[in-house]
Amino acid sequence: MQIYLPIADMPVNIFLVLGMGLTVGFISGMFGIGGGFLLTPLLIFVGISPAVVVASVSPQIAASLFTGFLTYWRRRAIDFALAAMLLSGGVIGTVTGVWLFTMLRSVDQLDLLIGLAYVVLLGTVGVLMVIESARAIMRAHQGLRADMRRAGSHVWFHHLPLKLRFKRSRIYVSVIPVWAIGAIIGFIGAILGVGGGFMLVPMLIYLLRVPTATVIGTSMVLTLVTMIAATILHATANHLVDAVLALILMIGGVVGAQFGARAGQKIRGERLRMLLGILVLLVGIRFAIDLVVSPDDFYSIRHVGDM
Amino acid sequence: MRRLVLILLILAAVGSAPAIAERLVVSLSNHRVQITSNFTGEDLVLFGTIEPDKGKATRQAGYDLVVTVTGPRQTLRTRRKERVLGIWVNTTSRDFVGVPSYLAVLSNRPVTEITDAETRRRLQVGLDNFLLPQRIGPDVADTVVTDPFRVSFVRLQQERGVYRESPTAVTFLTPAVFRAAIPLPADAPTGSYEIDVKLFADGAMIQRTTSALEVIKAGFEQYVANAAADHGFLYGLATTLMALLIGWIASVVFRKD
Repeated sequence: MQIYLPIADMPVNIFLVLGMGLTVGFISGMFGIGGGFLLTPLLIFVGISPAVVVASVSPQIAASLFTGFLTYWRRRAIDFALAAMLLSGGVIGTVTGVWLFTMLRSVDQLDLLIGLAYVVLLGTVGVLMVIESARAIMRAHQGLRADMRRAGSHVWFHHLPLKLRFKRSRIYVSVIPVWAIGAIIGFIGAILGVGGGFMLVPMLIYLLRVPTATVIGTSMVLTLVTMIAATILHATANHLVDAVLALILMIGGVVGAQFGARAGQKIRGERLRMLLGILVLLVGIRFAIDLVVSPDDFYSIRHVGDM
Repeated sequence: MRRLVLILLILAAVGSAPAIAERLVVSLSNHRVQITSNFTGEDLVLFGTIEPDKGKATRQAGYDLVVTVTGPRQTLRTRRKERVLGIWVNTTSRDFVGVPSYLAVLSNRPVTEITDAETRRRLQVGLDNFLLPQRIGPDVADTVVTDPFRVSFVRLQQERGVYRESPTAVTFLTPAVFRAAIPLPADAPTGSYEIDVKLFADGAMIQRTTSALEVIKAGFEQYVANAAADHGFLYGLATTLMALLIGWIASVVFRKD
């Protein structure tokens, strides 16, 4: 069954898009991430203009994240103080990101920039996650307890000024790296149409030593607000948010997320991180292949204006 | 949804035709194509008759017709990729200024058989002869037909289904009555379309007439598109609320504890 998308100006198969929402929702529920890094390339592959995709996945990710947020909130697994600090950096990042996105649309290199950013980000995060989880699995095999808080593992940015104690997460760090992380995630989210959860969770764990109990719930607050801000800013600045596309994706996404969350609870933490790492790496490799392998067509057309 | 409303109203003349020539009367099955949520393209039909001049005998060779349909004008950038440091990058590009977003050249036989090269160029008959001005430095001009950017532009537009040349789309029902099928693809741009009908006999154009159609978004599609364009902030806010509502419903429906 075809449905016409009013902003993307093209019909899509409603079941195909619903299926994509379900699949990505399943993965997002399983790993506690938004799943934008998978959904955005999938929708571009279907033939929807990348600019419309980036703007329209934001509300879909927001819907998935809000479901997750409510669950973690009921379990009191959110560090709101830490979330607020991340947010104050995140909003600045999002505003800068939407501004740069609007500017780059007029330049021809937006595709290249998005492609390169995906390769670098997904490649790095994927490799790091696979290595870390492989070590954890090996440690678990040898019967050792995985200890996230080794003595002397403090790095230079933990000694920066403006130190704050985040009670629920039981960490005492400078707010400067917290702001920086928030800004980076907000910026990347707005430009690439991803929530950034797949990067934020490892950053919070490895850089700020946030315990696993609060890390996912807290990261969801930042990515949720970032995606809400991105939706409103993209709608105001670029008029490219396709509400019909977003609605179909949301319905698939929230249903898939429920089954994903149940599946995720049956798998051990380090195995889950290994799976996510491999998935992230595969998407990164896919983008790298696109950049390196000779394209089928050396020419492409882009709409630059109406008369 | 394929509505083929056969409107074949051949009334007495428009009257403006020169006294010596044939009269050409055309009628379109639908002048206003509405894009609704189940729009997947539409095939329009153009009907027409050729009324021979009463004083003269019917022409021996018969008539030829070329129908050119052009959609709203756009500026489209054609880009070429080259390998730079191992990566494929768009290195060169050309802007095609004010070219039709939709272009269909429909005829009853190949345009090369209908008339000679000079006439085709002068009257812009066929995709190869249609003016597609490019911005090259400070100038805006069409290039030779073999220009790689022009060739690739036309090829890509044909692959998308928005440019086409069909030597079989016009059929003669009788020697003087014809129909032309105009296929509008699912992603046909909205706006005004012009239809230019040229009548040839013995390789020369003997009559010409025009018609028009409009592609518009209707109903819900129109409402959403207008809201997104005119009230961006409120539209964004409404989309966000919808997202939160769906997220909340899901968390209530699937709540386990």
